[in-house]
Amino acid sequence: MTTRNITCILCPQGCNLEVTVDGDSVIQVKGNACGKGKSYGAEECLDPRRVVTSSVKVIGGEYPLVSVKTAAPVPKAAIWDCIRAINAASVNAPVSIGQVIIENVAGTGIDVIATRNVAKSDDIVKEKICI
Amino acid sequence: MIEHDVVVIGGGPAGLAAAVAARQAGAEDVCIIERDKRLGGILQQCIHNGFGLHIFEEELTGPEYAQRFIDMARQWGVHSMLDTMVLDITPDRMITVVNNRDGLQTIKAGAVVLAMGCRERSRGALNIPGTRPAGIFTAGTAQRFVNMEGFMPGNQIVVLGSGDIGLIMARRLTLEGADVKMVCEIMPYSSGLKRNIVQCLDDFGIPLRMNHTVTEIHGKERIEGVIIAAVDQNRKPIAGSEEYVPCDTLLLSVGLIPENELSRSAGIQLNPITGGPVVDESMQTSIPGIFACGNVVHVNDLVDNVSTESAIAGKAAAMYDLGMFDESKAGIKVKAGPGVRYIVPNAINLTRVDDAVTLYFRVDNVYEGAVLRVSTDKSILFNIKKKIMVPGEMQHIKLKKSFLGKQGDISDIVVEVAGEAN
Ligand SMILES: Cc1cc2nc3c(=O)[nH]c(=O)nc-3n(C[C@H](O)[C@H](O)[C@H](O)COP(=O)(O)OP(=O)(O)OC[C@H]3O[C@@H](n4cnc5c(N)ncnc54)[C@H](O)[C@@H]3O)c2cc1C
Ligand code: SF4
Repeated sequence: MTTRNITCILCPQGCNLEVTVDGDSVIQVKGNACGKGKSYGAEECLDPRRVVTSSVKVIGGEYPLVSVKTAAPVPKAAIWDCIRAINAASVNAPVSIGQVIIENVAGTGIDVIATRNVAKSDDIVKEKICI
Repeated sequence: MIEHDVVVIGGGPAGLAAAVAARQAGAEDVCIIERDKRLGGILQQCIHNGFGLHIFEEELTGPEYAQRFIDMARQWGVHSMLDTMVLDITPDRMITVVNNRDGLQTIKAGAVVLAMGCRERSRGALNIPGTRPAGIFTAGTAQRFVNMEGFMPGNQIVVLGSGDIGLIMARRLTLEGADVKMVCEIMPYSSGLKRNIVQCLDDFGIPLRMNHTVTEIHGKERIEGVIIAAVDQNRKPIAGSEEYVPCDTLLLSVGLIPENELSRSAGIQLNPITGGPVVDESMQTSIPGIFACGNVVHVNDLVDNVSTESAIAGKAAAMYDLGMFDESKAGIKVKAGPGVRYIVPNAINLTRVDDAVTLYFRVDNVYEGAVLRVSTDKSILFNIKKKIMVPGEMQHIKLKKSFLGKQGDISDIVVEVAGEAN
């Protein structure tokens, strides 16, 4: 049985939660001023996840980088493996928003996708009225 | 001379939402003027997620949120002039612009929406003594370098100020391999979201030093270190608490100021607290036919609120251009009472309100278990009990038109905090 102290992030109150975990189950959550804190504390202790956002090199694009994210939250423990894979990747312009940049990143079963459009550098005509 | 029905200055989320709303309200020829080569404003560099929970009910990154509005603008046939800087606006809505294709030009607008956003406070506004070496950046500049241009501002980093941009950048630079030593905050509380403190600092073991500031900068060519010190209740450094922290980069995340050079030169009345134009319920400034929205009015922490508020401005601008805007005075003044730092809008004309008017405001301190009181010059309208209010989180209250209509001939609405600061 272990006890962990974490801060609830669901509202500015930021209650200090004391979560007691036994193996795969949460025994109790203390310190939460409302019900939301209880489920947050349990989840954050059993399976903490984060969406990883970063950027990937673009070859021949109007910008040198394209912003990317994991299409769903990945386990917190896999963040650094995701970042290493993202840093090693590159993509040819043009890139469109939603395009898969890395499949199944770091074995998480989750893809890394582009979060913006990047045109080819020679496609940018210096046009005034653009849309 | 070029003419447009509605001209929107600035193509960030505020300008985009205003332009779309202006088209939807019937203005035919709506044009956004943007100095950058792309639309989207500051959101282009905010690549982290957490945008759009209220409007789209999903967590988008900044560029994704912007793209949704860019797509809408395209669908609605909004025009845009990119790479074009607005230099001047006159009270009769003549707009001077410059770009390297046509040089200097004048545009006549039926109505104008100001959506120039804000900029960051820099060291000049802060007065840290010491040398002035390279390696001092605002957090937003560093954000642009890392996320859009692809280079790192430095390797050993101290962040001054715990606003959200500073917290986001502490995580971003850590993930890019930098050693972020600490975040110093002069106040006893952070203006950043709890979520960002946990996921940007705690997740990576970056210390947050409350009641601390940077008192000296060391280094000749490049910054070599800073002296930090604890501060007392009056935010004065405490002698003997100084500590030397070696670093090659200092990031400043010490607040944003609305970008209002244009508003000032047009003679628009500004609110001394927000630094933005004084506006009424339709987001009209003190000059008829010139409207304002987004961070140029007051610094928002949720882009969703920016989009909502900007749609009001865009619609009103279209009505003005079409001659359908009721130009009678906004007779009800909206005032920030004790405990409230500022409030937007500053006046209400009930005949122009469709269904309800939303008041946005910030409190001046941390309040737990306090009561928000809304009253008029005639009576107390209601009290709302609040579990917690912090200056970093914008509050809002929605007032129904039917409810206000029943209050008789009122001249003031006051929002105040009734209760003790923490
Ligand atoms: C560095 C930084 C980081 C931020 N990070 C976050 C965040 O993580 N999350 C969040 O919710 N909010 C963030 N914000 C707040 C964010 O700015 C707002 O949520 C939102 O972007 C405001 O939209 P806006 O359209 O009012 O301003 P902006 O997005 O700033 O857009 C203003 C536009 O006007 C243009 N402009 C200005 N002056 C002129 C001129 N004279 N001529 C032509 N064009 C002009 C600018 O180029 C810009 O494109 C951040 C702000 C800054 C400054
Ligand atoms: S437990 Fe409830 S009150 Fe406490 S921080 Fe979480 S959401 Fe807020």
